[in-house]
Amino acid sequence: MTPAQGPTLPAAVVRLGSLLLALAAWQLLAAHLDDPLLPSPFAVVLRLIHDLRDGDLLFHLSRTLLRVAAAFAISMLVGVAIGLWMGRSRTANLALDSLLVLMLNLPALVTAILCFIWIGLNETAAVLAVALNKIPTTITNIREGARALDAQLLQVGEVYRLSSARRLRYLVLPQIYPYIMASARSGLALIWKIVLVIELLGRSDGIGFKLGIFFQFFDLTSVLAYTAAFAAVVLTIEALVLRPLDRRLNGWRA
Amino acid sequence: MIPLDVTLEHKRYAGRTADTLTGLEFRLGAGDFVAIVGPSGAGKTTLLKIIAGLDRNYEGRISVAPETRIGFVFQEPRLLPWLSVEDNLRLVQPDLDDKTLLDALARVGLGGSAKTFPLRLSGGMQRRVSLLRAFLIRPELLLLDEPFISLDMPTAESLYDLLQDLRRDIQPTTLLVTHDLREALALADRILFVSRAPAQVILDHAVDLPRPRRRDDAVIARAQAELLEQHPELLAGLRGSSPSGSVLAEPIA
Repeated sequence: MTPAQGPTLPAAVVRLGSLLLALAAWQLLAAHLDDPLLPSPFAVVLRLIHDLRDGDLLFHLSRTLLRVAAAFAISMLVGVAIGLWMGRSRTANLALDSLLVLMLNLPALVTAILCFIWIGLNETAAVLAVALNKIPTTITNIREGARALDAQLLQVGEVYRLSSARRLRYLVLPQIYPYIMASARSGLALIWKIVLVIELLGRSDGIGFKLGIFFQFFDLTSVLAYTAAFAAVVLTIEALVLRPLDRRLNGWRA
Repeated sequence: MIPLDVTLEHKRYAGRTADTLTGLEFRLGAGDFVAIVGPSGAGKTTLLKIIAGLDRNYEGRISVAPETRIGFVFQEPRLLPWLSVEDNLRLVQPDLDDKTLLDALARVGLGGSAKTFPLRLSGGMQRRVSLLRAFLIRPELLLLDEPFISLDMPTAESLYDLLQDLRRDIQPTTLLVTHDLREALALADRILFVSRAPAQVILDHAVDLPRPRRRDDAVIARAQAELLEQHPELLAGLRGSSPSGSVLAEPIA
Protein backbone atom coordinates (compact mmCIF):
# COMPACT_ATOMS: atom_id res chain seq x y z
CA MET A 1 0.00 0.00 0.00
CA THR A 2 2.98 2.27 -0.33
CA PRO A 3 2.79 4.90 -3.06
CA ALA A 4 4.28 3.83 -6.35
CA GLN A 5 6.92 6.55 -6.49
CA GLY A 6 8.94 8.78 -4.18
CA PRO A 7 10.82 7.74 -1.04
CA THR A 8 8.68 6.25 1.74
CA LEU A 9 9.01 7.82 5.16
CA PRO A 10 9.31 5.52 8.17
CA ALA A 11 5.90 4.85 9.74
CA ALA A 12 6.94 6.41 13.07
CA VAL A 13 7.97 9.65 11.37
CA VAL A 14 4.63 9.95 9.60
CA ARG A 15 2.64 9.15 12.75
CA LEU A 16 4.58 11.61 14.90
CA GLY A 17 4.94 14.25 12.18
CA SER A 18 1.21 14.66 11.61
CA LEU A 19 0.67 14.97 15.36
CA LEU A 20 3.37 17.65 15.71
CA LEU A 21 1.98 19.55 12.75
CA ALA A 22 -1.48 19.69 14.32
CA LEU A 23 0.05 20.87 17.60
CA ALA A 24 2.00 23.63 15.85
CA ALA A 25 -1.14 24.87 14.10
CA TRP A 26 -2.98 24.95 17.42
CA GLN A 27 -0.12 26.83 19.10
CA LEU A 28 -0.09 29.45 16.33
CA LEU A 29 -3.83 29.94 16.42
CA ALA A 30 -3.87 30.27 20.23
CA ALA A 31 -1.01 32.79 20.18
CA HIS A 32 -2.81 34.78 17.51
CA LEU A 33 -6.20 34.88 19.32
CA ASP A 34 -4.76 35.25 22.81
CA ASP A 35 -8.07 34.31 24.44
CA PRO A 36 -8.47 32.28 27.70
CA LEU A 37 -11.14 30.25 25.91
CA LEU A 38 -8.47 28.80 23.61
CA PRO A 39 -5.47 27.91 25.75
CA SER A 40 -2.27 27.11 23.86
CA PRO A 41 -0.90 23.55 23.88
CA PHE A 42 2.04 24.89 25.85
CA ALA A 43 -0.29 26.10 28.61
CA VAL A 44 -2.09 22.76 28.55
CA VAL A 45 1.17 20.84 28.96
CA LEU A 46 2.20 23.07 31.86
CA ARG A 47 -1.16 22.46 33.53
CA LEU A 48 -0.85 18.73 32.87
CA ILE A 49 2.57 18.63 34.55
CA HIS A 50 1.27 20.65 37.44
CA ASP A 51 -1.81 18.45 37.92
CA LEU A 52 0.28 15.32 37.67
CA ARG A 53 2.74 16.53 40.31
CA ASP A 54 0.58 18.43 42.74
CA GLY A 55 -3.02 17.75 41.73
CA ASP A 56 -5.24 14.71 41.88
CA LEU A 57 -5.17 13.92 38.15
CA LEU A 58 -3.61 10.50 38.68
CA PHE A 59 -6.27 9.57 41.22
CA HIS A 60 -9.14 10.54 38.92
CA LEU A 61 -7.43 9.03 35.89
CA SER A 62 -7.03 5.71 37.68
CA ARG A 63 -10.67 5.70 38.78
CA THR A 64 -11.77 6.27 35.21
CA LEU A 65 -9.37 3.66 33.84
CA LEU A 66 -10.67 1.07 36.30
CA ARG A 67 -14.22 1.71 35.16
CA VAL A 68 -13.16 1.56 31.51
CA ALA A 69 -11.33 -1.73 32.12
CA ALA A 70 -14.25 -3.31 33.97
CA ALA A 71 -16.85 -2.20 31.42
CA PHE A 72 -14.56 -3.27 28.55
CA ALA A 73 -13.97 -6.74 30.00
CA ILE A 74 -17.65 -7.31 30.72
CA SER A 75 -18.87 -6.09 27.37
CA MET A 76 -16.29 -8.12 25.40
CA LEU A 77 -17.01 -11.34 27.32
CA VAL A 78 -20.78 -11.01 27.18
CA GLY A 79 -20.77 -9.61 23.64
CA VAL A 80 -18.57 -12.40 22.25
CA ALA A 81 -20.58 -15.11 24.00
CA ILE A 82 -23.98 -13.84 22.86
CA GLY A 83 -22.64 -12.90 19.41
CA LEU A 84 -21.34 -16.45 18.86
CA TRP A 85 -24.60 -17.90 20.08
CA MET A 86 -26.72 -15.69 17.81
CA GLY A 87 -24.43 -16.33 14.86
CA ARG A 88 -24.62 -20.10 15.20
CA SER A 89 -28.19 -20.67 16.35
CA ARG A 90 -31.10 -19.58 14.19
CA THR A 91 -33.49 -19.78 17.13
CA ALA A 92 -31.30 -17.64 19.36
CA ASN A 93 -30.96 -15.09 16.60
CA LEU A 94 -34.73 -14.93 15.99
CA ALA A 95 -35.43 -14.63 19.69
CA LEU A 96 -32.87 -11.92 20.45
CA ASP A 97 -32.68 -9.90 17.24
CA SER A 98 -35.42 -7.34 18.00
CA LEU A 99 -34.07 -6.85 21.51
CA LEU A 100 -30.61 -6.30 20.01
CA VAL A 101 -31.88 -3.61 17.64
CA LEU A 102 -33.64 -1.93 20.55
CA MET A 103 -30.48 -1.98 22.69
CA LEU A 104 -28.37 -0.68 19.80
CA ASN A 105 -30.57 2.37 19.57
CA LEU A 106 -31.00 3.05 23.27
CA PRO A 107 -29.25 6.35 24.07
CA ALA A 108 -26.38 6.14 26.58
CA LEU A 109 -28.09 8.75 28.71
CA VAL A 110 -31.19 6.58 29.08
CA THR A 111 -29.27 3.46 30.18
CA ALA A 112 -27.30 5.64 32.60
CA ILE A 113 -30.40 7.16 34.18
CA LEU A 114 -32.17 3.80 34.41
CA CYS A 115 -29.14 2.08 35.96
CA PHE A 116 -28.56 4.82 38.52
CA ILE A 117 -32.22 4.92 39.52
CA TRP A 118 -32.79 1.17 39.62
CA ILE A 119 -29.44 0.09 41.07
CA GLY A 120 -28.38 3.22 42.92
CA LEU A 121 -25.64 5.79 42.58
CA ASN A 122 -22.86 3.24 42.88
CA GLU A 123 -19.99 1.62 41.00
CA THR A 124 -22.04 -1.39 39.83
CA ALA A 125 -24.60 0.86 38.21
CA ALA A 126 -21.92 2.97 36.54
CA VAL A 127 -20.01 0.04 35.04
CA LEU A 128 -23.20 -1.75 34.03
CA ALA A 129 -24.54 1.35 32.30
CA VAL A 130 -21.36 1.61 30.23
CA ALA A 131 -21.26 -2.10 29.42
CA LEU A 132 -24.89 -2.06 28.29
CA ASN A 133 -23.95 0.53 25.68
CA LYS A 134 -21.08 -1.50 24.27
CA ILE A 135 -22.49 -5.03 24.43
CA PRO A 136 -24.96 -4.64 21.51
CA THR A 137 -22.31 -3.40 19.08
CA THR A 138 -19.96 -6.21 20.10
CA ILE A 139 -22.74 -8.75 19.58
CA THR A 140 -23.44 -7.36 16.11
CA ASN A 141 -19.76 -7.60 15.12
CA ILE A 142 -19.16 -11.07 16.50
CA ARG A 143 -22.40 -12.41 15.06
CA GLU A 144 -21.12 -11.52 11.58
CA GLY A 145 -17.92 -13.43 12.31
CA ALA A 146 -19.78 -16.43 13.68
CA ARG A 147 -21.94 -16.59 10.57
CA ALA A 148 -18.86 -16.64 8.36
CA LEU A 149 -17.23 -19.62 10.12
CA ASP A 150 -15.68 -22.13 7.73
CA ALA A 151 -18.04 -25.13 7.69
CA GLN A 152 -15.31 -27.38 6.29
CA LEU A 153 -13.01 -26.78 9.24
CA LEU A 154 -15.88 -27.28 11.68
CA GLN A 155 -16.39 -30.72 10.07
CA VAL A 156 -12.76 -31.55 10.87
CA GLY A 157 -13.53 -30.82 14.52
CA GLU A 158 -16.60 -33.02 14.36
CA VAL A 159 -14.94 -35.99 12.65
CA TYR A 160 -11.98 -35.93 15.03
CA ARG A 161 -14.31 -35.52 18.03
CA LEU A 162 -12.74 -32.41 19.50
CA SER A 163 -14.24 -31.37 22.83
CA SER A 164 -16.35 -28.21 22.84
CA ALA A 165 -13.61 -26.34 24.66
CA ARG A 166 -10.97 -27.30 22.07
CA ARG A 167 -13.33 -26.50 19.19
CA LEU A 168 -13.95 -23.06 20.64
CA ARG A 169 -10.28 -22.38 21.26
CA TYR A 170 -8.69 -23.76 18.11
CA LEU A 171 -11.44 -23.71 15.49
CA VAL A 172 -13.87 -20.93 16.34
CA LEU A 173 -11.98 -18.17 18.14
CA PRO A 174 -9.11 -17.93 15.62
CA GLN A 175 -11.70 -17.36 12.90
CA ILE A 176 -13.38 -14.52 14.76
CA TYR A 177 -10.19 -12.85 16.06
CA PRO A 178 -10.39 -10.13 13.37
CA TYR A 179 -13.94 -9.35 14.50
CA ILE A 180 -12.90 -9.36 18.15
CA MET A 181 -9.99 -7.03 17.43
CA ALA A 182 -12.18 -4.62 15.47
CA SER A 183 -14.70 -4.68 18.27
CA ALA A 184 -12.00 -4.12 20.91
CA ARG A 185 -10.63 -1.08 19.08
CA SER A 186 -13.93 0.66 18.52
CA GLY A 187 -15.04 -0.53 21.94
CA LEU A 188 -12.23 1.15 23.82
CA ALA A 189 -13.04 4.45 22.12
CA LEU A 190 -16.78 4.18 22.71
CA ILE A 191 -16.45 3.04 26.31
CA TRP A 192 -14.23 5.84 27.49
CA LYS A 193 -16.53 8.43 25.97
CA ILE A 194 -19.52 6.95 27.74
CA VAL A 195 -17.68 6.48 31.05
CA LEU A 196 -17.11 10.23 31.24
CA VAL A 197 -20.80 10.97 30.72
CA ILE A 198 -21.72 8.51 33.43
CA GLU A 199 -19.15 9.94 35.83
CA LEU A 200 -20.49 13.41 35.17
CA LEU A 201 -23.97 12.15 35.90
CA GLY A 202 -23.55 10.01 38.96
CA ARG A 203 -20.05 9.66 40.40
CA SER A 204 -17.96 11.89 42.64
CA ASP A 205 -14.59 10.93 41.20
CA GLY A 206 -13.08 10.19 37.80
CA ILE A 207 -12.22 12.36 34.84
CA GLY A 208 -15.87 12.92 33.92
CA PHE A 209 -16.61 14.25 37.40
CA LYS A 210 -13.61 16.61 37.24
CA LEU A 211 -14.55 17.84 33.76
CA GLY A 212 -17.96 18.78 35.15
CA ILE A 213 -16.31 20.98 37.73
CA PHE A 214 -13.92 22.57 35.21
CA PHE A 215 -16.93 23.27 33.00
CA GLN A 216 -18.61 25.22 35.78
CA PHE A 217 -15.49 27.40 36.12
CA PHE A 218 -14.89 27.71 32.37
CA ASP A 219 -11.43 26.24 33.06
CA LEU A 220 -10.64 25.05 29.54
CA THR A 221 -6.93 24.56 30.21
CA SER A 222 -7.74 21.89 32.79
CA VAL A 223 -10.37 20.28 30.55
CA LEU A 224 -7.76 19.91 27.82
CA ALA A 225 -5.04 18.77 30.22
CA TYR A 226 -7.26 15.96 31.54
CA THR A 227 -8.29 15.01 28.02
CA ALA A 228 -4.67 14.89 26.92
CA ALA A 229 -3.78 12.63 29.83
CA PHE A 230 -6.45 10.14 28.87
CA ALA A 231 -5.70 10.33 25.16
CA ALA A 232 -2.08 9.48 25.95
CA VAL A 233 -3.19 6.39 27.84
CA VAL A 234 -5.42 5.23 24.97
CA LEU A 235 -2.65 5.73 22.40
CA THR A 236 -0.28 3.77 24.62
CA ILE A 237 -2.73 0.88 24.93
CA GLU A 238 -3.17 0.86 21.15
CA ALA A 239 0.57 0.85 20.51
CA LEU A 240 1.69 -1.50 23.29
CA VAL A 241 -1.24 -3.93 23.48
CA LEU A 242 -3.56 -3.94 20.49
CA ARG A 243 -1.07 -3.55 17.63
CA PRO A 244 1.41 -6.21 18.90
CA LEU A 245 -1.52 -8.54 19.63
CA ASP A 246 -2.78 -8.06 16.09
CA ARG A 247 0.65 -8.89 14.68
CA ARG A 248 0.93 -12.01 16.81
CA LEU A 249 -2.50 -13.32 15.88
CA ASN A 250 -1.85 -12.80 12.18
CA GLY A 251 1.57 -14.46 12.10
CA TRP A 252 0.27 -17.53 10.28
CA ARG A 253 -0.86 -15.67 7.18
CA ALA A 254 1.50 -16.61 4.33
CA MET B 1 -10.45 -52.57 12.58
CA ILE B 2 -14.16 -53.01 12.37
CA PRO B 3 -16.46 -54.31 9.68
CA LEU B 4 -18.66 -51.70 8.04
CA ASP B 5 -22.27 -52.35 7.06
CA VAL B 6 -24.06 -49.71 5.07
CA THR B 7 -27.76 -49.84 4.22
CA LEU B 8 -28.98 -46.51 2.92
CA GLU B 9 -32.62 -46.41 2.00
CA HIS B 10 -33.00 -42.73 1.21
CA LYS B 11 -30.95 -39.59 1.35
CA ARG B 12 -32.47 -36.42 0.02
CA TYR B 13 -31.23 -32.90 0.58
CA ALA B 14 -33.78 -30.38 1.75
CA GLY B 15 -35.36 -28.50 -1.13
CA ARG B 16 -34.58 -31.18 -3.72
CA THR B 17 -37.08 -33.27 -5.60
CA ALA B 18 -34.86 -36.33 -6.19
CA ASP B 19 -32.92 -38.59 -3.85
CA THR B 20 -29.14 -38.25 -3.80
CA LEU B 21 -28.85 -41.84 -2.58
CA THR B 22 -31.44 -44.61 -2.83
CA GLY B 23 -31.11 -48.26 -1.83
CA LEU B 24 -27.33 -48.25 -1.53
CA GLU B 25 -26.09 -51.34 0.27
CA PHE B 26 -22.66 -52.82 0.84
CA ARG B 27 -20.43 -54.39 3.45
CA LEU B 28 -16.72 -54.13 4.19
CA GLY B 29 -14.92 -56.79 6.22
CA ALA B 30 -12.59 -55.69 9.03
CA GLY B 31 -9.37 -54.32 7.56
CA ASP B 32 -10.64 -54.33 3.94
CA PHE B 33 -9.54 -51.66 1.49
CA VAL B 34 -12.49 -50.89 -0.76
CA ALA B 35 -12.76 -48.21 -3.42
CA ILE B 36 -16.03 -46.67 -4.52
CA VAL B 37 -15.82 -45.54 -8.11
CA GLY B 38 -18.47 -43.51 -9.81
CA PRO B 39 -19.08 -40.34 -11.78
CA SER B 40 -18.83 -36.93 -10.15
CA GLY B 41 -22.10 -35.96 -8.54
CA ALA B 42 -23.10 -39.54 -7.77
CA GLY B 43 -23.34 -38.71 -4.07
CA LYS B 44 -20.06 -40.30 -3.05
CA THR B 45 -19.05 -37.42 -0.77
CA THR B 46 -22.52 -37.48 0.77
CA LEU B 47 -22.08 -41.19 1.45
CA LEU B 48 -18.80 -40.63 3.30
CA LYS B 49 -20.30 -37.80 5.34
CA ILE B 50 -23.17 -40.05 6.39
CA ILE B 51 -20.78 -42.87 7.38
CA ALA B 52 -18.64 -40.41 9.36
CA GLY B 53 -21.67 -39.06 11.20
CA LEU B 54 -21.36 -35.58 9.68
CA ASP B 55 -24.79 -35.90 8.10
CA ARG B 56 -27.52 -37.54 10.18
CA ASN B 57 -30.39 -36.63 7.94
CA TYR B 58 -31.02 -39.93 6.11
CA GLU B 59 -33.02 -43.15 6.29
CA GLY B 60 -31.00 -46.29 6.73
CA ARG B 61 -28.50 -48.05 8.96
CA ILE B 62 -24.76 -47.54 9.33
CA SER B 63 -22.89 -49.98 11.60
CA VAL B 64 -20.52 -47.39 13.04
CA ALA B 65 -20.61 -47.02 16.82
CA PRO B 66 -20.42 -43.42 18.09
CA GLU B 67 -17.04 -44.02 19.76
CA THR B 68 -15.41 -45.52 16.66
CA ARG B 69 -12.14 -43.79 15.79
CA ILE B 70 -12.59 -42.47 12.27
CA GLY B 71 -9.81 -41.00 10.17
CA PHE B 72 -11.19 -38.77 7.44
CA VAL B 73 -9.06 -37.40 4.62
CA PHE B 74 -11.00 -34.73 2.76
CA GLN B 75 -10.67 -33.59 -0.85
CA GLU B 76 -8.82 -30.52 0.38
CA PRO B 77 -6.24 -30.94 3.15
CA ARG B 78 -8.39 -28.92 5.59
CA LEU B 79 -5.56 -28.06 7.96
CA LEU B 80 -6.09 -25.20 10.39
CA PRO B 81 -4.04 -22.40 8.83
CA TRP B 82 -3.39 -20.66 12.17
CA LEU B 83 -1.82 -23.75 13.74
CA SER B 84 1.64 -25.09 12.90
CA VAL B 85 1.90 -28.56 11.37
CA GLU B 86 2.78 -29.89 14.80
CA ASP B 87 -0.20 -28.21 16.48
CA ASN B 88 -2.54 -29.40 13.75
CA LEU B 89 -1.56 -32.95 14.60
CA ARG B 90 -1.73 -32.43 18.35
CA LEU B 91 -5.19 -30.99 17.90
CA VAL B 92 -6.62 -34.42 17.07
CA GLN B 93 -4.23 -36.35 19.34
CA PRO B 94 -3.43 -34.16 22.37
CA ASP B 95 -1.45 -36.78 24.32
CA LEU B 96 1.12 -37.21 21.57
CA ASP B 97 4.69 -37.20 22.91
CA ASP B 98 7.39 -35.26 21.07
CA LYS B 99 9.32 -38.28 19.87
CA THR B 100 6.31 -40.04 18.34
CA LEU B 101 5.31 -36.82 16.63
CA LEU B 102 8.74 -36.09 15.18
CA ASP B 103 9.21 -39.71 14.09
CA ALA B 104 5.84 -39.64 12.37
CA LEU B 105 6.67 -36.37 10.60
CA ALA B 106 10.05 -37.73 9.49
CA ARG B 107 8.36 -40.86 8.19
CA VAL B 108 6.05 -38.87 5.92
CA GLY B 109 8.96 -36.75 4.72
CA LEU B 110 8.14 -33.64 6.76
CA GLY B 111 10.96 -33.88 9.30
CA GLY B 112 11.84 -30.20 9.16
CA SER B 113 8.31 -28.82 8.99
CA ALA B 114 6.94 -29.31 12.52
CA LYS B 115 6.83 -25.58 13.26
CA THR B 116 5.75 -24.48 9.78
CA PHE B 117 2.32 -23.03 9.12
CA PRO B 118 0.31 -25.03 6.54
CA LEU B 119 -0.04 -22.19 4.03
CA ARG B 120 3.75 -22.15 3.62
CA LEU B 121 3.74 -25.82 2.52
CA SER B 122 3.16 -27.10 -1.00
CA GLY B 123 -0.16 -28.77 -1.81
CA GLY B 124 1.44 -32.21 -1.76
CA MET B 125 3.01 -31.58 1.65
CA GLN B 126 -0.29 -30.34 3.07
CA ARG B 127 -1.91 -33.55 1.92
CA ARG B 128 0.81 -35.55 3.67
CA VAL B 129 -0.02 -33.77 6.90
CA SER B 130 -3.71 -34.39 6.32
CA LEU B 131 -3.04 -38.10 5.73
CA LEU B 132 -0.82 -38.32 8.78
CA ARG B 133 -3.47 -36.59 10.90
CA ALA B 134 -5.95 -39.31 9.96
CA PHE B 135 -3.52 -42.06 10.98
CA LEU B 136 -2.31 -40.49 14.22
CA ILE B 137 -5.61 -41.23 15.94
CA ARG B 138 -5.05 -44.94 15.07
CA PRO B 139 -8.29 -45.11 13.11
CA GLU B 140 -10.47 -48.21 13.08
CA LEU B 141 -12.19 -46.82 10.00
CA LEU B 142 -10.45 -44.70 7.37
CA LEU B 143 -12.52 -42.64 4.93
CA LEU B 144 -10.79 -41.06 1.95
CA ASP B 145 -12.73 -38.56 -0.15
CA GLU B 146 -10.76 -38.22 -3.41
CA PRO B 147 -7.71 -37.00 -1.51
CA PHE B 148 -5.41 -37.36 -4.52
CA ILE B 149 -7.24 -35.35 -7.14
CA SER B 150 -5.59 -32.39 -8.83
CA LEU B 151 -2.09 -33.57 -7.95
CA ASP B 152 0.64 -34.20 -10.46
CA MET B 153 1.46 -37.86 -11.00
CA PRO B 154 4.74 -38.12 -9.03
CA THR B 155 3.11 -36.40 -6.05
CA ALA B 156 0.06 -38.64 -6.23
CA GLU B 157 2.29 -41.73 -6.54
CA SER B 158 4.28 -40.76 -3.48
CA LEU B 159 1.03 -40.27 -1.54
CA TYR B 160 -0.20 -43.72 -2.67
CA ASP B 161 3.00 -45.18 -1.25
CA LEU B 162 2.58 -43.24 1.96
CA LEU B 163 -1.03 -44.36 2.36
CA GLN B 164 -0.11 -48.01 1.92
CA ASP B 165 2.87 -47.68 4.21
CA LEU B 166 0.77 -46.11 6.99
CA ARG B 167 -2.01 -48.65 6.51
CA ARG B 168 0.37 -51.54 7.10
CA ASP B 169 0.75 -50.85 10.86
CA ILE B 170 -2.81 -50.01 11.80
CA GLN B 171 -4.83 -51.87 9.15
CA PRO B 172 -7.92 -49.67 9.31
CA THR B 173 -10.99 -50.71 7.38
CA THR B 174 -10.67 -48.31 4.47
CA LEU B 175 -13.16 -46.77 2.08
CA LEU B 176 -11.72 -44.69 -0.76
CA VAL B 177 -14.00 -42.63 -2.94
CA THR B 178 -12.62 -41.72 -6.36
CA HIS B 179 -13.57 -41.27 -9.98
CA ASP B 180 -10.13 -42.45 -11.11
CA LEU B 181 -10.44 -46.15 -11.96
CA ARG B 182 -6.69 -46.66 -12.21
CA GLU B 183 -6.16 -45.21 -8.77
CA ALA B 184 -8.77 -47.59 -7.42
CA LEU B 185 -7.15 -50.56 -9.18
CA ALA B 186 -3.74 -49.61 -7.83
CA LEU B 187 -4.85 -49.27 -4.22
CA ALA B 188 -7.95 -51.30 -3.38
CA ASP B 189 -8.74 -54.97 -2.78
CA ARG B 190 -12.24 -54.48 -4.07
CA ILE B 191 -14.05 -51.89 -6.15
CA LEU B 192 -17.70 -50.96 -5.92
CA PHE B 193 -18.91 -49.19 -9.02
CA VAL B 194 -21.83 -46.87 -8.39
CA SER B 195 -24.24 -45.29 -10.82
CA ARG B 196 -25.10 -41.64 -11.22
CA ALA B 197 -27.31 -40.14 -8.53
CA PRO B 198 -29.20 -41.68 -6.90
CA ALA B 199 -26.12 -43.87 -6.46
CA GLN B 200 -26.54 -47.64 -6.45
CA VAL B 201 -23.90 -50.35 -6.58
CA ILE B 202 -23.87 -51.57 -10.17
CA LEU B 203 -20.80 -53.81 -9.94
CA ASP B 204 -18.84 -55.35 -7.08
CA HIS B 205 -15.41 -56.21 -8.44
CA ALA B 206 -12.58 -57.96 -6.56
CA VAL B 207 -9.13 -56.76 -7.60
CA ASP B 208 -6.87 -59.81 -7.89
CA LEU B 209 -3.69 -58.13 -8.99
CA PRO B 210 -0.32 -58.81 -7.38
CA ARG B 211 1.12 -56.14 -5.08
CA PRO B 212 2.97 -53.86 -5.09
CA ARG B 213 1.06 -52.19 -7.87
CA ARG B 214 1.66 -48.82 -9.44
CA ARG B 215 -0.96 -46.73 -11.11
CA ASP B 216 1.00 -46.66 -14.38
CA ASP B 217 1.76 -50.41 -14.51
CA ALA B 218 0.77 -52.14 -17.72
CA VAL B 219 -1.12 -54.64 -15.59
CA ILE B 220 -3.36 -51.85 -14.25
CA ALA B 221 -3.95 -50.45 -17.71
CA ARG B 222 -4.93 -53.93 -18.92
CA ALA B 223 -7.28 -54.48 -15.99
CA GLN B 224 -8.90 -51.13 -16.68
CA ALA B 225 -9.38 -51.90 -20.36
CA GLU B 226 -10.85 -55.31 -19.57
CA LEU B 227 -13.29 -53.88 -17.08
CA LEU B 228 -14.50 -51.22 -19.45
CA GLU B 229 -14.88 -53.80 -22.21
CA GLN B 230 -16.85 -56.25 -20.07
CA HIS B 231 -19.08 -53.58 -18.63
CA PRO B 232 -19.68 -50.92 -21.25
CA GLU B 233 -22.31 -49.36 -18.98
CA LEU B 234 -19.43 -48.25 -16.75
CA LEU B 235 -17.93 -46.30 -19.60
CA ALA B 236 -19.90 -43.14 -18.93
CA GLY B 237 -17.77 -41.21 -16.49
CA LEU B 238 -14.78 -43.46 -16.00
CA ARG B 239 -12.44 -43.11 -18.95
CA GLY B 240 -9.74 -41.10 -17.25
CA SER B 241 -10.99 -37.71 -18.33
CA SER B 242 -14.68 -37.70 -17.58
CA PRO B 243 -16.96 -36.11 -20.18
CA SER B 244 -17.99 -32.94 -18.44
CA GLY B 245 -21.37 -32.92 -20.17
CA SER B 246 -22.51 -35.96 -18.23
CA VAL B 247 -21.26 -34.75 -14.88
CA LEU B 248 -23.93 -33.67 -12.47
CA ALA B 249 -23.20 -30.96 -9.98
CA GLU B 250 -22.26 -32.28 -6.56
CA PRO B 251 -25.08 -31.27 -4.18
CA ILE B 252 -22.82 -30.11 -1.39
CA ALA B 253 -19.08 -30.21 -1.50
